[in-house]
Amino acid sequence: MAERLFQAGIWCAALLVLMVLFWLVQGLLDQGLAKLSVDFLFSQPQNAGRDGGISSILVATLLILAVTLLVALPLGLASAVWLAEFTATHNFWARKVRLALDVMAGVPSIVFGLFGYAFFSLFLGMGFSILSGGLTLACMILPVFIRTCEIGLRSVNNSWRQGAAALGMPKIKAVWFILLPAALPAISAGLILGIGRATAETAALMFTSGYVDRMPGSVMDSGRALSVHIYDLSMNVTGGDAAAQASALILLMIIMVLNMLAYAITDLWLGRRVLNGFAN
Amino acid sequence: MALQTKGFTLGQLTEAKTCCEPIPHLSVHNLSVKYQHKTVLENVNLDIYKGCITALIGPSGCGKTSFLSTLNRMTDMIAGASVSGKVLFHDDNILNQPIDLLTLRRQIGMIFQKPNPFPLSIYRNLALPLREIGIKDKQLIDYKIETVLKDVGLWQEVHHQLDMTATKLSGGQQQRLCIARALVLEPEILLMDEPCSALDPISSAVVEDLIVSLRGRYTVVIVTHNLAQAKRVANYAGFFWMQERVGKLVEFGRSQHLFDQPQNELTAAFVNGRKG
Ligand SMILES: Nc1ncnc2c1ncn2[C@@H]1O[C@H](COP(=O)(O)OP(=O)(O)O)[C@@H](O)[C@H]1O
Ligand SMILES: [Mg+2]
Repeated sequence: MAERLFQAGIWCAALLVLMVLFWLVQGLLDQGLAKLSVDFLFSQPQNAGRDGGISSILVATLLILAVTLLVALPLGLASAVWLAEFTATHNFWARKVRLALDVMAGVPSIVFGLFGYAFFSLFLGMGFSILSGGLTLACMILPVFIRTCEIGLRSVNNSWRQGAAALGMPKIKAVWFILLPAALPAISAGLILGIGRATAETAALMFTSGYVDRMPGSVMDSGRALSVHIYDLSMNVTGGDAAAQASALILLMIIMVLNMLAYAITDLWLGRRVLNGFAN
Repeated sequence: MALQTKGFTLGQLTEAKTCCEPIPHLSVHNLSVKYQHKTVLENVNLDIYKGCITALIGPSGCGKTSFLSTLNRMTDMIAGASVSGKVLFHDDNILNQPIDLLTLRRQIGMIFQKPNPFPLSIYRNLALPLREIGIKDKQLIDYKIETVLKDVGLWQEVHHQLDMTATKLSGGQQQRLCIARALVLEPEILLMDEPCSALDPISSAVVEDLIVSLRGRYTVVIVTHNLAQAKRVANYAGFFWMQERVGKLVEFGRSQHLFDQPQNELTAAFVNGRKG
């Protein structure tokens, strides 16, 4: 009986989430769907975004995301490995780093934006650029990513650590060949969270990668991210609602595709190199 | 059984239990182990003889695993563990700090209570340690893998599915794979910590036969809870017991002597099932 109730509760919760999502998408479909077309994806915005498409904005968004991942992935993994495998749990520095990360994870994105503007854009002279925006987003997603990966690594079966050590394998090799692949589900979960947050970010980017909606020529150019575009269209451009909604639909799709991609890659890896379900 | 394959460290397998001559391979002097400030093992002195199987018995918590872990310095991985005394291996004290740990552990392999194959394919489980010691030639790797799998009697069972994830094997197969993984590095000594205690009786018997087949080719130290097994496989046996909450080696000697004519009261009580 209790189990029945519990199950019903779970179903209700799932339904509720779906309904909210449906309601959200429905609101976007209203005007957005009519605006969507292949042309919309492949032409440049005109008339402050009311007309034309979002090609330059998509390019800028993907470039920003690429910079973010290129920086956050290796840095995050390295930090997580250091925290989980190369320091004792109660190591003084490791504890300070963990505390700092947990505090940073709760800092509002606008603060990261101001920091990015002051540090990357001004101090390091990157100006308003995709590079500056990507680096700022990397700083923003790193805390959660590092902690998720660290916890993932820590939960990997300790007997594999012992097994590798007993075979005279250097620790770093054990991490690379055995522990990281085994922690992959956690790593990809952390990555998905990070990508989601980065793609949806507006505030931090307005100060760093800027507003310019021209096609960026390099990562040193300013570029307008999709989320900034949506914000600008709906807040500052009268008659921009249709374009804003169409852009939001695209943003939703991008996030969905990225998530599915991450899951697919994880599955592929798990199927190939690691086991299916870590049972014995 | 393909026992005449390569990979011998000490020459051909000979059958009789008396094959061993008491040539010390490891000499343990005044060994003590502490965790934080709690001494769990004190003043152990014994020799591990070359090519012999030495069984270590005793109740839980008397320091058998701790003892075994000092012999390949796995204790280094435990925060707060400190070891004192001497363990001589090729005339070097392996407890000395400046020592090549990686090489030591390749010479002195270890098998754990719970089989711990890596969550990789069977093939990669064996290829990984080989690559690590610098063997890159695919043919040589294949040859060594086949040899060692035949050695542990797994070849027939798994040769057609070497790319299967090792963790899908049965418990007994996993443990034999772990033994193969240790043997593929051609160690001199194998430390086994209750290698059969997580297995069902049939797998346990298979692994036991495998251990017996290692006699004469490798020096084996095995911790076991199963007295009958110790009696069956061992040439030498050591009995650990807690005295005032500190583990001590109470008696050590030829296996027959220890089991049939124990010198110590405690040993007699333990091997006859009156204690422990
Ligand atoms: N990592 C550790 N930290 C603290 N105490 C430990 C640790 N490992 C083992 N001990 C203690 O040391 C004693 C001996 O343990 P162990 O060597 O595992 O004995 P056995 O293998 O004979 O059962 C036990 O009292 C155990 O609680
Ligand atoms: Mg034990």
